[in-house]
Amino acid sequence: MIPAGYFFFLSIILFVLGIIAFFIKRDLITQFMAVEIMLNAANLAFIALAKSHHFVDAQVIVFFIITVAAAEAAIGLAIILLIFRQKKSIKTEEISSMKG
Amino acid sequence: MAIFLFFLLSSVCVGAVLGMILSKNQAYSALYLVLAFVCLGGLFGLLGAPFMAVVQIIIYAGAIMVLFIFVIMMINLHEGISREKKKWTIAFSVVLALVLLLELVLAAKGASLGQSPEGSVSPKEIGQLLFTKYLYPFEITSVLIIAALVGAIVLVKKREKE
Repeated sequence: MIPAGYFFFLSIILFVLGIIAFFIKRDLITQFMAVEIMLNAANLAFIALAKSHHFVDAQVIVFFIITVAAAEAAIGLAIILLIFRQKKSIKTEEISSMKG
Repeated sequence: MAIFLFFLLSSVCVGAVLGMILSKNQAYSALYLVLAFVCLGGLFGLLGAPFMAVVQIIIYAGAIMVLFIFVIMMINLHEGISREKKKWTIAFSVVLALVLLLELVLAAKGASLGQSPEGSVSPKEIGQLLFTKYLYPFEITSVLIIAALVGAIVLVKKREKE
């Protein structure tokens, strides 16, 4: 059987890749996708630990995480659309009106 | 067999995320992400969570990424992503991320990860938990989703100027 540690390290790698994507990319949509990658890495760690500790409730919690992520995606994409309508751009360099 | 499947799925998953980072077109990024999420669904299946595997594929790879692709089509940036990024910010963020990776690996080494016993959790058990122990969170989540959908529609709706 596969050790739970393998899944845990995969989730760490995915989380770090999500952070790299968030900092490298310069448009809001791809940064939002990077956030989704990080959420999924957390889900993977959750389910791996749930299996190794035989804790069924963790899967219910991951179910809630996925549903809340769906709600978050809907709101976030609506906000990105609004920003695009106002600024005609979703690049983060051009959205700097609050920069002081 | 399972270990082979694990390495196949995890390498495809990491490769898809790398492709998402490296591709310049947002639509391709979204499609790479769909691949990564499908692989993650397969990994959930390997972990003995068939219900979560199906939910992952239907909700993430299906619903959420379709939403992303719709928004990408509506925004439709012709010029692509600008290439005049500052090189040092990329190098700095990669270095910081590697430091975080080291830190997380060191932290995970000390954790008791257990033995990963055989057997999977059937959807029946999850359903029973959802409708007994987690009934109130379940109902509150449904209200949250309704609120989010109504909010998204109200936000994006074009208002007529009086």
